[in-house]
Amino acid sequence: MSFLEMLDVLNEELVNQKKEPVAFEHDCREGICGACSLVINGQPHGPMNGTTTCQVHMRHYKDGDTIVIEPYRAKAFPVMKDLVVDRSSFDRIIQAGGFISVNTGQAQDANSTPVETDVASAAFDAATCIGCGACVAACPNASAMLFTSAKVAHLNMLPQGKVEAQQRVLNMVKQMDIEGFGRCSNVTACEAECPKGISITNIARMNREYLGASLGSEKTA
Amino acid sequence: MKLDGKTPPGPLAEKWTTYQSTVPLVAPNNKRRLEIIVVGSGLAGAAAAASLGELGYNVKCFTFHDSPRRAHSIAAQGGINAAKNYSNDGDSVYRLFYDTIKGGDYRSREANVHRLAEVSNNIIDQAVAQGVPFAREYGGLLENRSFGGVQVSRTFYAKGQTGQQLLIGAYQALSRQIARGSVEMYNRHEMLDVVTIDGKARGIIARNLVTGELERHAAHAVLLCTGGYGNVFYLSTNAMNCNATAAWRAVRRGALMANPCFTQIHPTCIPQSGDYQSKLTLMSESLRNDGRVWVPKKKEDAKAIQEGRKKGTDIPEADRDYFLERRYPAFGNLVPRDVASRAAKVACDEGLGVAPTGLAVFLDFSAAFERYGRSEAHVKGIHDADAATIRQLGEKVIEEKYGNLFEMYEKITGENPYKLPMKIYPAVHYTMGGVWVDYNLETNIPGLFVLGEANFSDHGANRLGASALMQGLADGYFVAPYTVGNFLSGEIRTPKIDPNAPEFLKTAGEVQERLSKLMNIKGNQSAESFHRRLGKIMWDNCGMSRNAEDLTKGRQLIRELREEFYKDLFVPGELNEFNPELEKAHRVADFLELGELMMLDALNRNESCGGHFRDEYQDEKGEAKRDDKNFAYVAAWEWTDTSKDPILHKEELKFENVELKTRSYE
Ligand SMILES: Cc1cc2nc3c(=O)[nH]c(=O)nc-3n(C[C@H](O)[C@H](O)[C@H](O)COP(=O)(O)OP(=O)(O)OC[C@H]3O[C@@H](n4cnc5c(N)ncnc54)[C@H](O)[C@@H]3O)c2cc1C
Ligand code: SF4
Ligand code: FES
Repeated sequence: MSFLEMLDVLNEELVNQKKEPVAFEHDCREGICGACSLVINGQPHGPMNGTTTCQVHMRHYKDGDTIVIEPYRAKAFPVMKDLVVDRSSFDRIIQAGGFISVNTGQAQDANSTPVETDVASAAFDAATCIGCGACVAACPNASAMLFTSAKVAHLNMLPQGKVEAQQRVLNMVKQMDIEGFGRCSNVTACEAECPKGISITNIARMNREYLGASLGSEKTA
Repeated sequence: MKLDGKTPPGPLAEKWTTYQSTVPLVAPNNKRRLEIIVVGSGLAGAAAAASLGELGYNVKCFTFHDSPRRAHSIAAQGGINAAKNYSNDGDSVYRLFYDTIKGGDYRSREANVHRLAEVSNNIIDQAVAQGVPFAREYGGLLENRSFGGVQVSRTFYAKGQTGQQLLIGAYQALSRQIARGSVEMYNRHEMLDVVTIDGKARGIIARNLVTGELERHAAHAVLLCTGGYGNVFYLSTNAMNCNATAAWRAVRRGALMANPCFTQIHPTCIPQSGDYQSKLTLMSESLRNDGRVWVPKKKEDAKAIQEGRKKGTDIPEADRDYFLERRYPAFGNLVPRDVASRAAKVACDEGLGVAPTGLAVFLDFSAAFERYGRSEAHVKGIHDADAATIRQLGEKVIEEKYGNLFEMYEKITGENPYKLPMKIYPAVHYTMGGVWVDYNLETNIPGLFVLGEANFSDHGANRLGASALMQGLADGYFVAPYTVGNFLSGEIRTPKIDPNAPEFLKTAGEVQERLSKLMNIKGNQSAESFHRRLGKIMWDNCGMSRNAEDLTKGRQLIRELREEFYKDLFVPGELNEFNPELEKAHRVADFLELGELMMLDALNRNESCGGHFRDEYQDEKGEAKRDDKNFAYVAAWEWTDTSKDPILHKEELKFENVELKTRSYE
């Protein structure tokens, strides 16, 4: 039985007793949509590395264990009900610049720009972020640096994303601050708890790019 | 009612280009005044909303998710097809068209499918320009792989996360439009009805899932991009929240439901393991490129495996039956999904299954480890590599290709698929059926369009792998911008639609009543428990193989269940608050009606074709027997009233470019 199926059983029992079930978010139940969250015994997405809450199985617990489940806690992720939090601040960071400006139908042939395999694969690794917010929940400062930097890295590394690279990093960092996420003080808890193994080298990279962009050009956010 | 597919005249290969160059346009100043509602933000919805926003229309986009990026498209694994012929293996637009028609067992519309094949190449260009990190070869160019039912390599992929990467691309394009103000995004909003005025679709009623409030949203046109209804079976590979409500409510307002019984059962899923199971997990079809499917030849071996006395690796080569390779030598492990699923069922029905439940077959990578290992050893210049080194090198290659899938398998089953063959079993995965649309993707209700998995249009009775992502993005990026424009060109004099018009108030009142009714039953059983029971009825009577007796029985069982539902449902909480149980109850209520229609449709279709296999219609070898004389039509059902049978309308399918043949993969 999976962890969330355990919560299903709990909720079914509550409903059978005419009580309100515990609200929690989930959808794909296979570690890809980023909807599930939860802090389980103090750890976002529970005890195992590289695993989302929906991929945690009860075989990792013993009968009689007490399990403490909490919602993510961060100023930029207000609690909505029980274990459900509002993560729309992530969407607004993307809206600030997490895209490549190309309209439908404007693209040239896909093979006209070769991309080195190392670059493509590094961009892919950064792009596998599922937007779950565990990095924020894990961080004592509730910083969103890992998420934002993964997004910046994905796009800025690729030749297609270079044109807007400077503007992108300036705008996204600015939005991150507006949303009320904390500063990064290199605790690295984010990397440890990230279910997708997003590396903190992305943060260092973003810091460099940010500095370069704010010093090296007259572009402002 | 006469169904008109509105296929444009002219030769097949020129229909779409002619359409594009002759379709009436909407001038920029008029676009600014026209409003469009897009429901859904999966590949189809996000692509449509972004593209229409770019064109200058005022778009409102709705999703019940907390963010557009969470749509079920995110979970697609294996890849997306396109007729680029980058592999130089003889692919072409025509071949992709032909494979799709044949794969669908000749139950789709030629012109739609050809258009899909034509725009497939633009999708790859668009995605790459957006920064989608597809797999590449050492030279930096895009790499391809093969999927079932075809003999070319035309599938583009990003490891086992192609859907995620494509959706992020579309989501980013959508986010850009949200930032520009051309799209207004409504997260955590569930559409519960369509509003029609003078016969045209003019808006929706949506429930704000945070406050529980009903909202009225008006527009000149409405696009439903709301995904498939596989969850009518309760257990499926679909995400937990996928549901049929948007489509079904459109049908209740006069749209038609086409071929609802055409469901795809995917051969490679992780077998069910317990009673609490809430969903099934797909192992991408791409695995069949390298995995070989088998069961033991001897029943006693199968029994020993079922009882845990033997492992797959204990069975010697000579005692294994690679049944797909044996039965279908030309396509082997890459036969289409329906064929592979049925073959697995046949093997398990004979008692040869390899899980404790008896319901699983092996998917074995040993041969691939060996093959890739040898080639790697060669590349690395290791000439006298021993078996262990070769295996290790081979495992590395497989990890590169499918690492995340192997990991996912291990997390769920607790077994290491690098050491033991995987166990798989078919599961409900995709619905080819859906709302009836014409060539414009417009329903019989003017101004109501349906895109993506929610429509019935391109996959006939069986969808080929890697073609749903293609269709969703084709519909959203490249088709709807023209065809919706076509409709709107006739609406430039229509003033802003008023959400306070009597039709809106009336429909909102009806929705309110429906919800109150669910709240007020105050019985004893949860929506979840009804859903589980419905799923079992569907699977037992309308699953991988069907017959008239089961279908008739199944229909009766659903009716009884529905009656019980309205007598004994219990929904906790309040109407006007964040209430996931109420959301669920409303979805289950709609599934209970759709499920019955699926049975009726399956009963009506006295033939076996694609994913629809009727026991009564098979040949001596157990292969499906299609009946082109009597059933080469789209069955489009009109809803009347729960107490009466829906009315069948037929759209005859005309095949002018391909010859109808018995599908053979032998
Ligand atoms: C596990 C898995 C793997 C797959 N792998 C592949 C693959 O490799 N290749 C391939 O081609 N296909 C694959 N498919 C199929 C493919 O993913 C889907 O068919 C496709 O993504 C559907 O896209 P869509 O845009 O039509 O709908 P979806 O992505 O399902 O989006 C539906 C949207 O509608 C919204 N919505 C629905 N109802 C309402 C409502 N009432 N109110 C408001 N919003 C609503 C949802 O919130 C969501 O945003 C796979 C499917 C599964 C299940
Ligand atoms: S960086 Fe990791 S933890 Fe943070 S949102 Fe992305 S996947 Fe989740
Ligand atoms: S439910 Fe989708 S990642 Fe957990």
